[in-house]
Amino acid sequence: MRHTQSHRLGTNNATVTDKQKSVHFRFDGKEYIGFEGDTLASALLAHGVHLIGRSFKYHRPRGIFGSGSEEPNALIRVIKGATAEPNLRATQIEIYDGLIAESQNRFPNLKFDLLSVNNLFSRFFPAGFYYKTFMWPSTFWMVYEKFIRRAAGLGKISKRHLEQNRYEHKYAHCELLVVGGGAAGLQAAVIAAQTGIRVIIADEQHKFGGWLLTDNNFNIDERPAINWVHDTVKKLQSAPNVTCLNRTTVFAAMDDNFTIMAERVTEHLANQPAHLPKQRLWKIRAEKVIMATGAIERPLVFSGNDLPGIMLSSAIRSYIKRHEVLPGTRIIVFTNNDDAYFTALAIYEAGGFIRCIIDLRKNPKSQIITTIRKLGIEIKTGHAVITAHGTRHIASVDIAAYDCEIQAPISDISHMDCNLLAVSGGLNPVVHLHSQRKGKLIWDDRTLCYRPNNSSVQWVSVGSANGTFQLTKVLNEATKTTSIIISKIAKHYKISKTEETINGPKSDDSKQNWAPTPAWLINSGQPHLSEKTAFVDFQNDSTAADIKLAVREGYHSVEHLKRYTTTGMATDQGKTSNINAIGILAESLNKSVAQTGITTFRPPYTPTSLGLIAGRNIGSLFDPLRKTRMHGWHQSKGAKFENVGQWIRAWYYPQEGEEFHQAVNREVYATRHYAGLIDASTLGKIEVKGPDAGEFLNRVYTNNFANLPIGKARYGLMLKEDGMVFDDGVTTRLAEDHFFMTTTTGGAAAVLAWLEELLQTEWQDLKVYLTSVTEQWSVASISGPNSSAILEACMSEDQNITDDFPFMTMKNTFIAGIPSRIFRISFTGEMAFEINVPARYGLALWSHLMQVGKEYNLTAYGTEAMHVLRAEKGFIIVGQETDGTVTPYDLGMDWIVSKKKSDFIGKRALERESMNEPQRKQLVGLLTTDPQKVIPEGAHAVLNPNQDTPMEMLGHVSSSYYSPNLKHSIAMALLKGGFNRKGQIVYIPMLNGEQPIKAKIVDPIFFDKKGDRLHG
Amino acid sequence: MLRIKCPFCGYRNESEFSCGGEAHIARPSAAVSDKLTDSTFSEYLFMRENPKGVFLERWCHTSGCRRWFNVARDTVTHQIYEIYPAGKTPKTTIGKKAYQVNWRRKSKAEVASKYLKRTPK
Ligand SMILES: [Zn+2]
Repeated sequence: MRHTQSHRLGTNNATVTDKQKSVHFRFDGKEYIGFEGDTLASALLAHGVHLIGRSFKYHRPRGIFGSGSEEPNALIRVIKGATAEPNLRATQIEIYDGLIAESQNRFPNLKFDLLSVNNLFSRFFPAGFYYKTFMWPSTFWMVYEKFIRRAAGLGKISKRHLEQNRYEHKYAHCELLVVGGGAAGLQAAVIAAQTGIRVIIADEQHKFGGWLLTDNNFNIDERPAINWVHDTVKKLQSAPNVTCLNRTTVFAAMDDNFTIMAERVTEHLANQPAHLPKQRLWKIRAEKVIMATGAIERPLVFSGNDLPGIMLSSAIRSYIKRHEVLPGTRIIVFTNNDDAYFTALAIYEAGGFIRCIIDLRKNPKSQIITTIRKLGIEIKTGHAVITAHGTRHIASVDIAAYDCEIQAPISDISHMDCNLLAVSGGLNPVVHLHSQRKGKLIWDDRTLCYRPNNSSVQWVSVGSANGTFQLTKVLNEATKTTSIIISKIAKHYKISKTEETINGPKSDDSKQNWAPTPAWLINSGQPHLSEKTAFVDFQNDSTAADIKLAVREGYHSVEHLKRYTTTGMATDQGKTSNINAIGILAESLNKSVAQTGITTFRPPYTPTSLGLIAGRNIGSLFDPLRKTRMHGWHQSKGAKFENVGQWIRAWYYPQEGEEFHQAVNREVYATRHYAGLIDASTLGKIEVKGPDAGEFLNRVYTNNFANLPIGKARYGLMLKEDGMVFDDGVTTRLAEDHFFMTTTTGGAAAVLAWLEELLQTEWQDLKVYLTSVTEQWSVASISGPNSSAILEACMSEDQNITDDFPFMTMKNTFIAGIPSRIFRISFTGEMAFEINVPARYGLALWSHLMQVGKEYNLTAYGTEAMHVLRAEKGFIIVGQETDGTVTPYDLGMDWIVSKKKSDFIGKRALERESMNEPQRKQLVGLLTTDPQKVIPEGAHAVLNPNQDTPMEMLGHVSSSYYSPNLKHSIAMALLKGGFNRKGQIVYIPMLNGEQPIKAKIVDPIFFDKKGDRLHG
Repeated sequence: MLRIKCPFCGYRNESEFSCGGEAHIARPSAAVSDKLTDSTFSEYLFMRENPKGVFLERWCHTSGCRRWFNVARDTVTHQIYEIYPAGKTPKTTIGKKAYQVNWRRKSKAEVASKYLKRTPK
C-alpha cells in the first residue's frame, strides 16, 4: 500500500519540486511516492513522516529538523545495489525511482527502540562522560566498550563499497571562485563573468538560487525574483569562461586559496552511467575566492526542544515554497525575531492553521508583524515556550509570559496543543570557510551573530555570510565587493554605471532592522529538571545541563567546553548548536559572547566520504610498485615475494612440498657449498662525477675514497652529522673523476637527496654531479665455491678469474655477448661477483647464468637466504642492525672510521663524550643454548628473567635466523656494554608463559672468521 | 596547501616541495669544531629556531627540479616575503631583519666558523 501525500499542498507553484513527475521510493521497508525535485526529507514530510532516527547517546526519537546541510537529526543509510552508504542527510538526498533508504541508530525499529532506556538513565552520560569513564585501570574499558559500541552506532559501512563505486579527482584553476549560488553568489558571478576572467561558481544544492527559491515574493531588476534567478543562471551557464557546478559542496578552504569541493555527480540518479563517477573531488587553485555561503537559522533552547515535529522556522517555509509540503496542521511559531513571521505568512497562504505566534520580544514593531496581525493570527509578545510535550511527536507546549532580562517566566503556565512547532533563534552566517582560512570573526551585538572581519586580500565574504541580511543590501554588496576584487585581477576592469545598483525588493523588511532578542536558554523556573532535556547539540546529545556542569567543573574556555561536552563535534560540526552553546556558556560565566569567543572551524564543512578523498589511489594504484627486469623469471619459478620500500623482491623460491624454512635452508646451503644467484637489481646506484668527486666522497664516507685507485672498489659507511650510521655500500672508481656508488635498496632515494643537499647548500664550491642510475642497471650476484667456474664458462674471452680478477676490483667484459661490469665483491663471505648489465639485458643475463650454472648446482636464492648468509658472517644491514641511534663504534666497526682524514660528515659528533660511553648498546652475537630455538627478532634481552616487571632491559635482538651451515640458531643483538659481556648468559623472556630463551653472548661473526672462503 | 614559486620552475603546489628547516646554519669544519666544546657544538647540531613570525628556511623542489633555495616565510600567516638562492643571504628588509635577529649569528659555532677557513681540502 502506498501512503497518500497527506501534507502536500494542492497548488502548483513549487520552486523546486515538479509535481508532473512521480517518483517511487522506500524508507524503512515501506513504499512511498514523491515527486522529482523532492529531497527524502520533503517527500517523507509530505506523508507526515517526521520520526527518522534515534539520538546518539539517549536514543531519543528525533525528526527532520532543517532543510539542508545543517540537518543534525535525519541521518540516513542509502542502499544501492550491493552497497550501502551511511550517514547521509535526508535533507540533501534527492529521491529517485527505486531509492531505498533506512533509518539508523535504532534497535529493533524506530518506533520501539530498546536502547532508549538510556533516556531514562541520562545521569549515566554527563558532560565529560568519556573522560570520566575511560581512566586507568584500562580494564574498565572492557566493561564499557561493548555497551558503548552498540550504543554509538552512527551507521554501517559496506565492505565492498570501493569495488562498486568510483570516485575521481580533478584539478582546476580560476581567477574567481564563488562559493554559494544564492542571491549574493549569483550576482557576484555574473558581475565577474562579463570581464572574461575564469569563474567557477559552486552550490551544494541541486538548484541554484539559495534562499531565493524560498523567499521570492518580490521583484529583482524589474522581474519576479525567481525569473531573475533563472535568467542569471542561464547567463552564467552560457558564458564560456564560467563553470557552474551544482550539487557541489566546498568543504575545505586552505592556504593560498587552495579550495577543495565535492561534486555529487550521479548519486541522484536511479541508474548510474558507467562512465561517470559517484562523486568528483575538485582541487581548485583560485586567485580570489568570494564566500557567499549564506546563513543558517539557529533554534531556541528549551526543555523538550528535540521532539519530532519541532523544526527550524526557515526550514518549514522552505518545504512550503520549494516542495509545497506543509509538515503540520496545528502550528505554533516561537521566535525572537521578525523572520519567523514570514514563515507564518507562508503557512497562512498555504492554508495552514497557526494556533499562535510566541514572540520573546516585548514590543516588536515592523511591517510584517502588522500584516500578520491584520490576518487575525494571534501573537503573544513577551512570551516563551517553556516546555514541549509529546512521546514520539510534539503534542503540546507550555507557554508563559517571559522576561528576557531576568531570564525567567513571569506568569503562570498555560497549555496549548499543536503538531508542529516552528522555532527561530536568529541567524548564523556560514563562516566556516572563512574560519578554516584562519580568518578572524567579529561578534555583532545588534544582529547577534559572528561575522567575518573580511581583512584578507585573497578571499572575501558577501551577503548573509557577511552578516548582511537585507536582500537589496546583499545584492549591492555583492556587486561592489566583486567589482573591487576583480579590479585587482583584471586591471582594465571598471564598474559600469548600470552595475552600480540593482533594484531589490522593497517589501522585504524582515531584515531591515534585524535585531533579534538574545535568549540563549529558556528557563522553565525549575532549571535543574528542564535543562537536562534542553538540547543544544542534537547529534551529540549534549544539553544545557551538560554545559552548565562543565562550567562548574572548571571548563571555561570554549575550546575546552567543546571537547568536554562534545558540543559541536558531531558530523554536523555544530551548524545549529555552536552559537547557542557559546551563549549559554557566556551567560553562565557572566561574560559577553564576544568575550567568550568561538571555536575554530576546521575542514570538512560537511562530512566527506573517505572514498572521495582516496579517489583512484586505491588497490594497485595506491603506491607505485617497482619490479626488476628478472621479475617474470622469479614469478615463473613460484617465488614468494616481499616488499622492500616500493620494490617487490623475491623472498624465497619454494620447491614442490617445501615450507618456508626448508626452502631457505636449501638456498643457504647450496650457496655455501656450490653456488647461489640473487637478483640484486634493487640496490641503489648513483653516478658521482666531476673533478671534485673524490674529495666529495671523502667528506661523506667515514673512510678514505680520494686515494682509491681506478678500477678498485671499497666498502663505505655513511653517517649523518650526528655520527649515526645512515647508509652503507660499495663504491668503485671508474675514472679519475668518476665513481659508481651503491646504496642500500631502501635508502637509495634518501642518500641521493642527502648528497644533493650537501652539494647544493653546504659545499657549493665542489664540482660534482650526481645521477641516479638504479633503474639503468640489472644486477645478478653470484656467490659460492663454484661461482668463478660458472663465470669463466660464461665469459667470451678466455680468462682465469682467480688470477686476473683480485678481490674488490671491477672489470668491463662480455657475458654471453652482453656488455657487463663485474665487481668482485661479496655480501655472503663466499667468492662472489656482482654482474651489472644494462637494465634491458637483465632477464637474458639471468637466464643464461642459470642455464650455464645448471651443471655447477647453481641455485637461485631470495632475500631471506641473503639475510641468513650475511648474518652467518656478521655483516650488518643498515636499518636492521641500525636505527638512527647506532654509531660505527657501536657496531664494532672502528676500522672503517678514518683517523687521518681532516673532516667527514659525523666526525665531530663521534668525538662527543657520550659517544664513547662504555654502556652504549653494542653489537654482539647470540648463540642459544638450545641450537634449534630461534629467538624472535625484536625481542628484548635481560640478565635475570626472574626479576619483577618492568624488567631491566639489556637491549634487543636485531637479527635472528637458523643457520643451516652451522646447524645452529644464530642472532645479532644490541646490548648495553655488549663488547665486554662476551661469554655471559642472557635470557630472552617470552610471551604467553613460555620459558625464557637462554643464550650466550659471542662474537657476531659465526662462520669463517678468517674470511678464507672469499678467495676460493 | 601553499603555492610556492620555485626559482627554476615557477609556481607549484606545496606538495611538490619539502621543507629543510632553518636556513643559514653554517657547518663548522673539523678544524673549527675540534675546538668547540660538546655543548657549543650541539648549538650547531641540535638547536633549531622556531619563531612565531618571519622565518628563514630552506626548501627543496623535491618532486620537480630537485633544487634547494631559501624562503623568508611568516609562520603565522604563511606569507612568503622573499625567495632567494641557497648560499645567499636575504635582500628584503624583512628578510634581513630576520637574519640579523637570529641568536645563531652570535653563537660560538658560527662566530668561530667565520674566523677559520671553512672545510679545508
Ligand atoms: Zn623547481
